[in-house]
Formats: sequence, structure tokens, C-alpha cells
Amino acid sequence: MEENRIVSRWSGLRRFFAALSNQANLLGRTFHDGDGRTRLSFVLMGFGNLARGQVAKGLYYLLSEAVFVVYMVLFGARSLAGIVTLGTKMQHIEAIPGQVPKVIRGDNSMLMLLYGVATVLLVVWFIATYFWNVSSAMQAQRTVEKGEVLPGLRTEAREYLDAKFHVTLMILPVAGLVLFTVLPLLFMILIAFTNYDSSHQPPGSLFHWTGLYTFKALFSNSGVLGNTFWPVLGWTITWAVIATASNYVLGMLLAILINRKGVRFKGLWRTVFVTSIAIPQFVSLLLMRNMLDDFGPINGVLQHLGLTSKFLPFLTNATFARLSVLVVNLWVGIPYSMLITSGILLSIPKELYEAAAIDGASPFRMWTKIILPYVVFVTGPYLITQFIGNINNFNVIYLLTGGGPNTVTYYQAGKTDLLVTWLYKLTVNTRDYSYASAIGICVFIISAVLSLIAYRNTKSYKKEETFQ
Amino acid sequence: MSRQPFRHARARLVAGNALAYVMLAVLCVIWLVPVAWLIIISFSKGVAGIPNYFWPKYGFTLQNYVKLFRDSGAASGFYFPRWFLNTLFVAVCSCALTAVMTLSVAYAVSRMRFRLRKPYLNVALILGMFPGFMSMIAVYYILKAVGLTNTLVALILVYSGGAGLGFYVAKGFFDAIPKEMDEAAMIDGATRSQIFWRITVPLSKPVIVYTILTSFLAPWADFIFVNMIMGPTAYKNYTVALGLFRMIDREHITTYFSMFCAGAVLVSIPIVVLFISMQRFYVEGITGGSVKG
Repeated sequence: MEENRIVSRWSGLRRFFAALSNQANLLGRTFHDGDGRTRLSFVLMGFGNLARGQVAKGLYYLLSEAVFVVYMVLFGARSLAGIVTLGTKMQHIEAIPGQVPKVIRGDNSMLMLLYGVATVLLVVWFIATYFWNVSSAMQAQRTVEKGEVLPGLRTEAREYLDAKFHVTLMILPVAGLVLFTVLPLLFMILIAFTNYDSSHQPPGSLFHWTGLYTFKALFSNSGVLGNTFWPVLGWTITWAVIATASNYVLGMLLAILINRKGVRFKGLWRTVFVTSIAIPQFVSLLLMRNMLDDFGPINGVLQHLGLTSKFLPFLTNATFARLSVLVVNLWVGIPYSMLITSGILLSIPKELYEAAAIDGASPFRMWTKIILPYVVFVTGPYLITQFIGNINNFNVIYLLTGGGPNTVTYYQAGKTDLLVTWLYKLTVNTRDYSYASAIGICVFIISAVLSLIAYRNTKSYKKEETFQ
Repeated sequence: MSRQPFRHARARLVAGNALAYVMLAVLCVIWLVPVAWLIIISFSKGVAGIPNYFWPKYGFTLQNYVKLFRDSGAASGFYFPRWFLNTLFVAVCSCALTAVMTLSVAYAVSRMRFRLRKPYLNVALILGMFPGFMSMIAVYYILKAVGLTNTLVALILVYSGGAGLGFYVAKGFFDAIPKEMDEAAMIDGATRSQIFWRITVPLSKPVIVYTILTSFLAPWADFIFVNMIMGPTAYKNYTVALGLFRMIDREHITTYFSMFCAGAVLVSIPIVVLFISMQRFYVEGITGGSVKG
């Protein structure tokens, strides 16, 4: 099984390269088989289509080429070079005696990298267009050779509502993804390999490629970054394990309680719990933060009742704060897992219960021997998703404690900070973008490994495979 | 069967049920305490800073709600009615855009077979695993480059820009619609587009409602992206989430805590109603449709 997976990964990679060489082959063959007009399309894009009367299509390719060439000459080539250098001229102040000192603007490494990445994406799009152009020219030639009529603009346009309908459907969403997800993400991933931190802020100063330096600093055993990273990672994992397990088990118990035979008003009970999670988290969690304040109502009531003489530092003491976020997370999370497990409990085959009852099993044994294994089996993937969700659980931590209480031994982090909240603080408060990106990549790797395990084992993934 | 064990079992069942009711009641109280406190404080008179009591000391009033609307303006820097309309506008626009795009992608990857389909699914999976706001600073600079920061349009773009990744629930739904219907229609000469609009969409009302509602709710709850896009001075373009968030930061909490509660109640009511009405879809969404709630 395990070996199969590795093999399939490798074959995936091989398929990719096979496809690449296939494309190159296709290019060569087309050039070989093509007539003059088709061959001219290799240089003058769209010529093959234009010369055979497919004006709109030909013009589109020709225009793409023109726009691309103009862009590359005026701007693109410089942008691509910019990725390599990330700027050479630093902004400085020129002081000529007797005059007001003048700020001489230098290069902006950040913009250079951003435009560079955008240009790379544009080049990728152009290469794809180029291949389409060549194959379209060849197709036109073949059609004419066979003595058939070339499809006109209207026929081709109609194709985009039928056989090529997926192009019409996907073009806008994909454009959105490229602009607001892919481009920013590529940019940020690259940032992790530079020294774009609080002391290298454009336009005032430049930043440079530093290779794996940020990761080394993050993973080192000495230095303030390493001294923050490992404890924060440790707490992130601890938090995720405890939060996932406690929510899951207690949520299931609640579901069992509500679904118990003989308990009435099931819908009402369920609605009460759902109400609490339907309230936006920034409302409920900010409220909790104030309830748990040193001088908030919970401490007020505790002191009023004489249970404590001094306030309890729910959010201001490291251990208390960690317990508080875990407990408040129960308030947030139990209704969710109750909703999910309710459905599963109802789907447990009745025969299982009946068989167990006939064998005289006690409710407790029934729970440990039948219900739990069944539910864990069915919800395995959900558990892993929850675990990943908790590793990324920004809201509960940020809104409740803000990562605090802070400590001087950490760099820009507090005792309840998760990797993601630390990432957020590094981005917003200190602008240590390179550290933030490196942390983001670490979170991605953790999530990716766990998801791979989860998705590979789900029914839907396997079904998807047989689909093909 | 003799009567004795039967009665015994019944007694145990009744006792068990009583215990279950007691436990449920206690849990309900625990879960409702914060909600109740929110509502109580929103109607409380004379709240200064964080109250250290649950029951109001100085009686009830409607003033917190009234002030939310009356005191809106430059003097306080808070524009609650405007924020509400901003959020509504952003939510309506982005949910329309998101719904169209999500359903389009879901239909394409579910019903059609094309060369880049599998690569697209894999890339979407990978993109979804990066922390959502890791790239927010780059998004900010892109928006700045086109001069859209501090605008509501930027918010709409950001909220609907990721629509191409949120197709899983809708795809699961489309997967379950029998393929034979499409094939029959195609034999009758229908194009893919006609099949989509005339067959799939009418059959998919639940998932359309789900997609619209989830994307409608997102702008009401997000404060991270608004906070980034709206500079410190663009008060008027805040959404309710960011506005309320600002109401209880350190410098404002002493004056505005009860107004925050009033605003939070007003925002929560429509959201809670929508959420409860769609909880069934929510469960199906999370479990990939394998479990019915």
C-alpha cells in the first residue's frame, strides 16, 4: 500500500515530464508537417489562422504576441532581471552644502519582486498561448487539407457554450485565484528566502536573497527566533491535540445525550447549542475575553461569593491562560462536533445495538466497544481536518488572549500564541515578513502531510480515482 | 416475562432520562450565559468599562441602541448605521459573485472532463493548505498598486477572489445528480450551457442556497482583511465587524462597551437566524455529504 503511493507519486512526476516532452515533440512535428503559413505562425502568431480566414482567432493571437512583446521590452525584461537583483540602488539622502538635503529614491525591492512574479506568471500564460497558437494553425491546415470548411467565429464561440463550456465557467474564478491567491502566495513564499524583515524595509532600504537563512534562524537551538519557534510549535501541537480530542469526545457525549431514546425536544436542545456558535466569533470571543478579565464579571462573582479573595488571572498568567483558551474552545467547538456526530450516531446500524443488548452489554461497554470505534472509523478524516483546523485556529487565540501573556524570552510572541497568530503579529506589528513567510510554509507542510494521510484514506478520494 | 424486571428497567429508564434532562439543562445554561450577558449588558444603564457584575446595577434602558444610531458621526468616529449598510452592500455583492463562480467551478470539475481538471483539483487542494492570511500583505500591495485600498470594492474582490477554491460542497452535490439526465438532454441536442441552466441549476436549489448564505455571512464575521484594507482613518468604510472590534479596544472600551453589546446583538440576530436555518447544509458540507444531519 505504502509503496504503491510512492510509486504513484513518482509516476505522476514522470507523467508531467512525459507531457512536457510530448509538447516539445508536437512542436517539432507540427513544424515538420506544416506548410508555409503554419510555419510562419511559429514567428508571427496567429498567421496560420489569419491566412486561412479565421480573422478573429488570428487577430487574438497576433494581438497577444504584440502586447507581450511590447510589455517585455518596456517593462517585463527589467522586472525579470529585478527578481535576480532585488534592487541595487539604496535610497539615500544627498547633502549638498548650502542646500536642503534631498532624498534620492532608490530601488524598491518589494515592488521589484512583486512585479517580477507577476511577469513570470504572464510569461507562463504567453507560453501556453504560443502552444495553442501553433496547434490551432495546424488544425486549420488539416481541416482545409481534408477539404472541410473552417469553423467561423460564431461556430467557435458556440463551442464555448458546449464542448468547451468549462473554459467559460472557469475563466473568471481562475483569474480571481491567480490574482488574489496564486500571485500573492508565490510572492510570500519567495519572501521566506529573503531578509525582508523589520530592519530591511523598502523603500528606505533594500532586501536581498538569503537562501535558507531564515529557516536556519528559525530552527536553530540558540538565538531568540529559535527560542520562540520551538516552544510555540510545541504549544501549537499540544493545543491542537487537546482541543481536537476534548471537543470530539465531549461533543459526542453531548450528541449521545441529546439523541438518547426518551429525551424529548431534541430540536430545541440542539438549537440552543447551535445558537451559541452561530454568533460571530468576534462577538462571542471578545465577550468572553471581557468576562474573563481580571476585573470582569466572572472574577467579580467569584469574589462576591467569597470563593477567592483575589482575582484569578484567567488570561494574564501563562498556565491559566492556556487552560482558559482550551476551556473556551470547548464552548466554541462542542456544538460543532455535536452537530457532526449526531448525524453519524443516527446512522449507526440498529442491529449493532440490538446484538449488544442481547449479549447483555452495559451502556458503558456498548459505548466503548461499539459506538466509539464506529464513529472514529467514520469520522477519521473529519478528525484530521479538525486537527488541521485547530493548528490554524486563529480566532480563539487572537480574540481571547491576543497570544498573551507576553514574555521577554520570546520574539514578538506570548505564551498562548500559535504559529498562525505569531505569523499574524509578525506581519502586522513588526513587519518581519520573511519570518512570517517561513512560519507560513512550516504550517503548510504540517497541514499538507496530515491532509495527504486524510484525503488518501477517504472514500471520496478513492472514488474520484476510479472515476478517471 | 415477569413484571418485576420490567418495572425495574422502566425505573432505570426514567431515572436516566431525568439525569439526562438535568445535565442538558445545566449545559444549556453554561452555553447561554455569555449570550444572556451580551443581551443584558446591551440593555443596561450606566455601564463604565467592563462591568464586574452579571445583573445590571443601575437598571435597564434602550439608550445603548438609540445612541448607536443617534451618536453616529465624526464626533465619535463611529458610524454604526453606515457600517451596517457597508457590510450589507459588500455581503450582497460578494455573495452574488462568489455563488456564481463557485457553482461554475463546481459544475465544471464535477460534470465535465477536460485535460487540466485533475491538475486543477490538486492545485486547489494545495492552495487551500496555506494559512489564509499568510498572503494578505501581498494582497494589500496588489490592491494598493491598482489604487483600491480603503474601498469597499477591494473588500468585494478579496472576499470573492478565492471562490475558485470553495467548490467542494457544490461539487459533491453535482456529483450526486445522475449523469443520465445530461446524456438524455445531449441526445436531444442540448448544449452544455443549456444543460447547466435548465437541468442542473433547477435541481440544485439547496446547494445554491448554501453557497449564497455562506458567502453572505463571511463579510459579517471577518475583521482581518478589513483591518488590513481599511487604513486607520477610513472609518466610514469599515464593516460592522471591524467597527465593533474598534469600539472595545483599549481607548474606547470604557465609554463604548454597552454600545458594543447593543451593536453585537443587532448584528448577531440576522446571522443566527440564517445559520440555524442552514445547519443541515453545514453538516453535509463538512462531512462531504456522506452523513445526513
